[in-house]
Amino acid sequence: MEVIVTADAFDPGEEANAFMARTAGAGAAVTFTGIVRSKAEDPILALELECYVELAESQIAAILAEAARRFSLIDATVIHRHGRLVPGEPIMQVMTAAPHREDAFRGAQFLMDYLKTDAPFWKKEVTASGERWVEAKKEDDAARERWE
Amino acid sequence: MKILYFAWLRERLNRNEEDVAPPAEVTTVGDLIDWLAESDEAATLAFEKRHLIRAAVDGRLANHQTSIAGAATVALFPPMTGG
Repeated sequence: MEVIVTADAFDPGEEANAFMARTAGAGAAVTFTGIVRSKAEDPILALELECYVELAESQIAAILAEAARRFSLIDATVIHRHGRLVPGEPIMQVMTAAPHREDAFRGAQFLMDYLKTDAPFWKKEVTASGERWVEAKKEDDAARERWE
Repeated sequence: MKILYFAWLRERLNRNEEDVAPPAEVTTVGDLIDWLAESDEAATLAFEKRHLIRAAVDGRLANHQTSIAGAATVALFPPMTGG
């Protein structure tokens, strides 16, 4: 299990290849990459991600351990960026490896749902019309609660 | 006790962190929020929606009922928006 909380850009393909190389015997590997998007009506110039790094590392490690336990994951990695990003850049990547696809998919979904609500990152959108903090969404809470 | 602030709470208070010495009757995260809110006008406004304030005590996620007895660091922040 690996947690990478970083201000540096990462290459999603390279990370996925390295993960698959070390979990080659698993049978199934799932990779999800979150990418900064823009908005047609008020284009996003940048996304600023604030992070409480120490807590992010320990929280993500705890979420990974729980995912591994629930879904029989052989290995899993979470990469999450912070700092200033622009549309099109990868924000985060979740990779899971399990003997069967169902567990690999469900493990990745579980990790994503928990990261949305339980990892200490805060997004601020910078647009031509100003800056605004992204509000937490009720749908994200609901997505996480289905695993409880 | 060190208090860390993040996101809009940090901006509204205009500080990343501060050292405080709350009185003995401040025993939980909720008490601490109420006590901090009284410190000045900016704090009263920043903590207005106290139900939105999340916390971590010594690096562990907490809630408003969590004890702060003996805590070295309490972080206060809005709901998280990662992923």
